[in-house]
Amino acid sequence: MAEYENLLEIKNLSFSFKTYGGTVKAVRDVSFDLRKGEILGIVGESGCGKSVTAQCIMRLNPEPPGFFESGEILYKGQNVLQMSKPELKQLRSKEIGFIFQDPMTSLNPTMRVGKQIEEVFTGHKDISKVEIHEKALNIMKLVGISDAEKRFRQYPHELSGGMKQRIMIAMALVSEPSMIICDEPTTSLDVTIEAQILDLLLELREKLGTSIIMITHDLGVIAKLCDRVVVMYGGKVMEHGTVDEIFYDTAHPYTNALMNSIAGLDTDKNTVLKPIPGTPPDLFAPPHGCPFAARCDYAMKVCQTYPPEFTDLSQEHSTACWLQHEWAPKVDLHMHNRQRKETV
Amino acid sequence: MENLTKDLFTVVGKNVEKMDSISRPTLSFWKDAWRRLKKNRWAFLGLCILVVFALLAIFAPIFSQYTYTAMDTSAVNATPSRAHWLGADSAGRDLWVRIWMGARVSLSIGLIAAVINACVGAVMGGLCGYYGGKLDMIMMRIVEILYGIPNLIVVILVMLVLGRGMTTMIVALCITGWIGTCRFVRGEVYRLKEQDYVLAAKVLGVSDFTIVVRHIIPNIMGMIVTNLCMAIPGAIFQEAFLSYIGLGIQPPMCSWGILAKEGIANLRVAPHQVLIPAFFICVTMLALNLLGDGLRDAVDPKLRGTE
Amino acid sequence: MAKYILKRALAAIVTLFVLITVVFFLVRLIPGDPFNDPKLTDTVRENLYEYYGFDKPLVVQYGIYMNNLLHGDLGPSTRYMNRTVNDMIFESFPYSADLGIRALVFAVSFGLVLGILAALNRGKKLDVVCVLVAILGTSIPDFIMGAILQYVFGVKWGLLPVAQYKGIEYTILPAAALGFYTLASVSKLMRSSMLEVVSQDYIKTAKAKGLSQGRITFRHQIRNAIMPVITVLGPTVASVLTGTFVVESIFAIPGMGKYYVDSVNNSDYSMILGMTIFYGAFLILCNLIVDIAYGLVDPRIRIGKK
Repeated sequence: MAEYENLLEIKNLSFSFKTYGGTVKAVRDVSFDLRKGEILGIVGESGCGKSVTAQCIMRLNPEPPGFFESGEILYKGQNVLQMSKPELKQLRSKEIGFIFQDPMTSLNPTMRVGKQIEEVFTGHKDISKVEIHEKALNIMKLVGISDAEKRFRQYPHELSGGMKQRIMIAMALVSEPSMIICDEPTTSLDVTIEAQILDLLLELREKLGTSIIMITHDLGVIAKLCDRVVVMYGGKVMEHGTVDEIFYDTAHPYTNALMNSIAGLDTDKNTVLKPIPGTPPDLFAPPHGCPFAARCDYAMKVCQTYPPEFTDLSQEHSTACWLQHEWAPKVDLHMHNRQRKETV
Repeated sequence: MENLTKDLFTVVGKNVEKMDSISRPTLSFWKDAWRRLKKNRWAFLGLCILVVFALLAIFAPIFSQYTYTAMDTSAVNATPSRAHWLGADSAGRDLWVRIWMGARVSLSIGLIAAVINACVGAVMGGLCGYYGGKLDMIMMRIVEILYGIPNLIVVILVMLVLGRGMTTMIVALCITGWIGTCRFVRGEVYRLKEQDYVLAAKVLGVSDFTIVVRHIIPNIMGMIVTNLCMAIPGAIFQEAFLSYIGLGIQPPMCSWGILAKEGIANLRVAPHQVLIPAFFICVTMLALNLLGDGLRDAVDPKLRGTE
Repeated sequence: MAKYILKRALAAIVTLFVLITVVFFLVRLIPGDPFNDPKLTDTVRENLYEYYGFDKPLVVQYGIYMNNLLHGDLGPSTRYMNRTVNDMIFESFPYSADLGIRALVFAVSFGLVLGILAALNRGKKLDVVCVLVAILGTSIPDFIMGAILQYVFGVKWGLLPVAQYKGIEYTILPAAALGFYTLASVSKLMRSSMLEVVSQDYIKTAKAKGLSQGRITFRHQIRNAIMPVITVLGPTVASVLTGTFVVESIFAIPGMGKYYVDSVNNSDYSMILGMTIFYGAFLILCNLIVDIAYGLVDPRIRIGKK
């Protein structure tokens, strides 16, 4: 395949599920791209469509009831949505690795873990059994599994949570894919293990040059790991930019609210964490305007009826918010934060 | 975008009403279960069949010109006709009346045995699961041994010891019948009492009794009812089986099992004598199975609030 | 694993012991006298009592019986003096075993296939057919099934023999009658188990690995879905076995079930006692085998404590 600067390009992707109650518009008009060797974070609350988006890339969502309404996903210039079954198989087994959220339930309980790693090569004709075994053992060592020979023959229930997640990562990496997608890989692990796993991912990027899409609701993970960030809400992209731009030049009230709702190590003990009141919109009938309008402190009349367009703030940074419009009142989100902190 | 006007850009802030627009009308557990059961056409059909059969079992014998023991020599082995709606048996007894008299016995044995088993099992299982400890240890050893003994063998022996009859049959069916419910309720209670909301209630100083009544029973009631519904066919099966091997109800009383047995003896001469009781047994089983399946789906907490 | 097997085996032995004891005393409790024939003179009756050991205290009888049992002797029949319970069992058990195995193989294999097909074609016509068969199957008691099959295939169409057990064509109807209920319940269980497994995360993992649908179905879905079916095989053997009681007497097959029913009707107490113990031991053994088999197939039990 030719060299592409953008390994993955998602353009105006919309994906919905047909259910008895109606159509759930899980992903609406989402666009972003992933470059070679970078780590892209996708952040948002539960149910904002981030997992569905990620699974669309590998066509893992059950279709039906799911279906693509519009858009395209270009992987190395090839449209994933038009791939034939063998091409899709190739894409899944060789090109992209996927690490799931819950290692406890994502491994087959009745199959030895080594076998599950080797299974990735099923149907690859250009590789011998011995080589496969060799590769599986090597990758297990690489992801930090000591005593790989012994672990190879164990069953998932004999391993700890962190070990299982390492197996999942090994499984995603064993065919040396160009990119891996991590769907909240550390949510179900405890904090020390989480740190180990994140370090491991960074290390692997250094060693193998793999591009990573990191899906999480944890801004700490984003800050530690990612080069660029996509903020999603209600099935839409709210804001995207480099990590620094998102953290220090926040342009969308949702991103801002998200950051005010978490505590970091440097958070002053007098700071009151601000939860975002309300719940995300019902995706059975998403609002016409900005999905965040109902919960937004700065919502204007226009937000409720017209969907905001993207405004570019820098080369990387752009946001979908009416506050960027020339007629909108000028609001300094950071100023507000500071004022709020002082009044407490 | 042309129709944007400046006044659209006034800040109105968050919309408190729409903020939680996701919330749907709340339904109590049983209302929701009932709603879903009604939506499930097959389960509802099952319920209707059972109601009709129950009414017929009560009233049909009263309003018939025949009694279930009266023999009409001119109607021996008669096929269905205007005089005998479902024909008559080898002694010339009217099958329509006998079917509904049999239904009284079969249905009430099934229902009573299943209810007793469910109650005993639930109480035993609940006690073991909630209090655990020594009581649980001893009970579980006993249950394990009883569970290993084939149910039917116990039932047959008890019937032999106690003699034939409806009461003894119910006793026999209940001696080991509660064990299944007991095991399952114990497991559920064991699981539930570890749940965070029960723990939270405990920390708040809620009494054991209230915890059981408010937190544990509502969570397993649905499953117990479903189990009960599924246990009735089993009990009716066993009644029919016992009657078939000659350990059932004392003649001239009849049950569906006895009718089938008498019919099978007469298969070559008058096949309708098997086919008719067979039809009623099967339809009843079918109705109970459909209702049971529907109930299971209706009370499944995972499916709550869905269509 | 050895510990697991040992524990199961011990529990089985305790269960068996309790079963034998309970059955022994229950049978002695059955009202009525086996030798109440008015034609018998008092001396004859006394001799009979002595012959069967009924003149001794109950506890002594129990001791003697247990001792004989340890040597594999189930005693003489109370109804037919010249026959022992052992003879009867040896004579009739092969028929029952043959019928039972046929029914079981038929039921489990077809049940599994039906359940798998239904789950893979969820919501389509084939699924509806399979579910219908399952519901019908669990709604028809085996003796009614037997009678209907006998009537349709034997009496009405004259295709298959309706009684005796002399060759392959004789086995078809009874095996079908006996196995149909089990077939239906196995297919029902397999279907729901398959549907449960298909929504598990590890199936998605397998999909993400780029495996073909066939491999996912066979290596990941069916293998895991079959577990709960194995656990019910013990009770299934029991239900097939008790089914032989009626099916054998409907089809006039000289198997154990028929003799058991006969002895119940004849009040042949030592026969009831002996056969009940034999049945119980057999079922306990089956459960033990199923338990061990389950441990072998499911790695979570194989190594775990349970």
